[in-house]
Amino acid sequence: MSAPAVALLTPAPARVAAVEKETHDTFTLTLEPADGQPLAGFAPGQFSMLYVYGVGELPISISGDPNEAGRLLYTVRSVGRATHSLVSLRPGEVVGVRGPFGRPWPLENARGKDLLIVAGGIGLAPLRPAIYEILRRRDDYVRLIVLYGARSPKDLLFRKQLAAWGRLPDSQVLATVDYGGTSWRGHVGVVTALFRHLRLHPGETVALICGPEIMMRIVARQLEARGLPDSEIYLSMERNMKCAVGSCGHCQLGPYFVCKDGPVFSYQQLRPWVVHHEL
Amino acid sequence: MDSSHSCGRLPAAVELSGLAQLLECLQRRGYQIIGPTVREGAIVLDVIEKLDELPAGWTDRQEPGRYRLERRDDGALFGFAPGPHSWKQFLYPPEATLCELARDGASFKVLATGELPPRRAFLGVRACDLAAIRIQDRVLVEDRFVDAVYQERRRGVFIVAVNCTQASGTCFCVSMGAGPRVEGSFDLALTELPGPGGHLFLIEPGSQAGREVLSEIDRREAQPEEVAQASMALEKAAQQECGLETADLRRMLFGNLGHPEWDLVAARCLSCGNCTMVCPTCFCTTVEDSSDVAGARAQRRRKWDSCFTESFSYIHGGSVRLSVKSRYRQWLTHKLAAWVDQFGTFGCVGCGRCITWCPAGIDITAEVAAIRGG
Amino acid sequence: MDTKELYEVLRQHPFLEGFKPPHIQKMAEMAHEVRFARDQIVFREGDECGIFYLILEGKVALEASGPGRILRISTLGAGDELGWSSLLAEDGKHFQARTLEPVRALAFDSTRLRQTCEQDHGFGYLLMRALLRVVSQRLQATRIQLLDLYAPRGVKLI
Repeated sequence: MSAPAVALLTPAPARVAAVEKETHDTFTLTLEPADGQPLAGFAPGQFSMLYVYGVGELPISISGDPNEAGRLLYTVRSVGRATHSLVSLRPGEVVGVRGPFGRPWPLENARGKDLLIVAGGIGLAPLRPAIYEILRRRDDYVRLIVLYGARSPKDLLFRKQLAAWGRLPDSQVLATVDYGGTSWRGHVGVVTALFRHLRLHPGETVALICGPEIMMRIVARQLEARGLPDSEIYLSMERNMKCAVGSCGHCQLGPYFVCKDGPVFSYQQLRPWVVHHEL
Repeated sequence: MDSSHSCGRLPAAVELSGLAQLLECLQRRGYQIIGPTVREGAIVLDVIEKLDELPAGWTDRQEPGRYRLERRDDGALFGFAPGPHSWKQFLYPPEATLCELARDGASFKVLATGELPPRRAFLGVRACDLAAIRIQDRVLVEDRFVDAVYQERRRGVFIVAVNCTQASGTCFCVSMGAGPRVEGSFDLALTELPGPGGHLFLIEPGSQAGREVLSEIDRREAQPEEVAQASMALEKAAQQECGLETADLRRMLFGNLGHPEWDLVAARCLSCGNCTMVCPTCFCTTVEDSSDVAGARAQRRRKWDSCFTESFSYIHGGSVRLSVKSRYRQWLTHKLAAWVDQFGTFGCVGCGRCITWCPAGIDITAEVAAIRGG
Repeated sequence: MDTKELYEVLRQHPFLEGFKPPHIQKMAEMAHEVRFARDQIVFREGDECGIFYLILEGKVALEASGPGRILRISTLGAGDELGWSSLLAEDGKHFQARTLEPVRALAFDSTRLRQTCEQDHGFGYLLMRALLRVVSQRLQATRIQLLDLYAPRGVKLI
């Protein structure tokens, strides 16, 4: 008699269909079913644990369209050994997938309101599924505003899509970089400097923020200063994860497990904890 | 204090020979018995086959950072407090294989693992440890994610609990509401009454399985004075030097995350992680991936981990909790504050192991008092 | 634009928030409208440019150049000011300002502004306060940019 496999902790095989270069260090993996096993659907903001056979696992946010069944997209920035092994995969190779995990962006809370999406760097990747979903149910929402900050023009993700979204009615897309060259004629400066180009309706806006933690806190505070209640400001947090199901203990942030109570939290939930250094 | 049976009858009483019969009965039913035994200067938990392997006539002296065994003159079998081992290692093993995988062309397939634990009986579970098992049940089986490794070991366990008749220098189960009387789900509960006339054990069943086993051993009804003696022994166990005030504890700790005491304790803490290893409720683990040289087989193994390691909170090229201070604070506030948010109870049962086995002699009850003190 | 129109435009410009009508009037009397075409240099690095601008329309970039490259470190637009350093009468410009789009702005002679501050301390206080607000926002933003938050952080590959 054999012991049951611990299903949620066991990676299921998925085939790499494509590895697309987004920028010099960021790539998007497209995964398709392998061995006839369908891939699970997901909600915007959720993540998977991607397993490279015999090497290890990483939590990566899903960056594709939740309505496109049968494929999962992951936008990965190569910064170290583990991420390098992911972006070095070739089409046809097989990786393991566990998930999806986590609390998604609260799009249903934003019905009838403006959506203000503020992304920094690779943070646009976990927000892209939310944008797809908003555009799919466009009449459920009022305005769509996307503010995106990156290090330099060559680090901007999804430029064509950003331009296309900006051209849609009732939509505003503003991108900025920390420094630019002569070919960049857009904004240069911090993403919060873009706020002055907006006419915000504080009671009627839900903000979704994703990026480096310092950036998210600054953006949240500045949005609060402009009248948004902290219960309407959402951040996607990141911590070390091994199990992704709330049992290994690594991802704790104060009383929360980022893998299951998050990664999306309201600023109201996070505020008492993120003010403490090294919590 | 009344230790009578739930339906009002007096408990049963068995002699030493009856206890030997208990062991044989459990073995006949296919249980591997785990119980206390002396080894390398400590009372540890290991496979027990005969009654004489139990630590008869041994007791312990425990203080912050100190543990040693001493002889006692009454030959008691259970006259000691928790040692470095807890039942956690048998229910939530230090290492477990999560899955084994094999290359399958360009893909891989998952192989069924063959690890199946033996049926076990735990002999000598103290009130604190029983409470700890209940806490781990809540964390590992009653929350959203059910841990299969823990569940399959927990299901078949036969628990023979033991009421403590004395406390050690580091016990504080009374403060935590986790003892000294055993409560919760056990199959049998013993209270040892060593006396001049010979050994006597009051024994009560806590389940149908317990009743069935009890019916197979020689016993008689306990005398009222024996029951009174057991009550007095429990009262003696309730006299504890260590104490932790739990009123408003969660709010007090979360409201003092910047208290200067964290810096003081950090100067002493070696972040060795002993406390997390001996703690019966700590459940943090990590996953290690490996494969054979050819890459034909790969394995995912889960291992105990400790929040005291520097890499525990590693992300993006650095650790969130780099300082020892932040890691000690994380451990203590998780155990006594965050646990309440996460699971509705404290994570501490007052067993005192972390105090005894800390090489720096750090006392969690003293730390809490220092922070409360302002 | 005549003084009355200038007054209206200034009254609505964010820089003059908190200014009372007599002070806005003083500003209106000192202002004159200027226009720049696209890709025009407003001032160069090192220039002792004695003009303070309030931007009404368009976009201006602050640039620094070094061997082989020109870096844009900030862009300013409608509602911003340009050339605040001229109000303090110190060294020449640290950066070059180039328009990225056609720009319409109100220009003020910095010497005249300083003299007005000397003569009317009430006005001077408000101008300096407005300047402090702007400079503090720039300092905050610059500090955040310095953090280089989007830089990759991870274990370096050998």
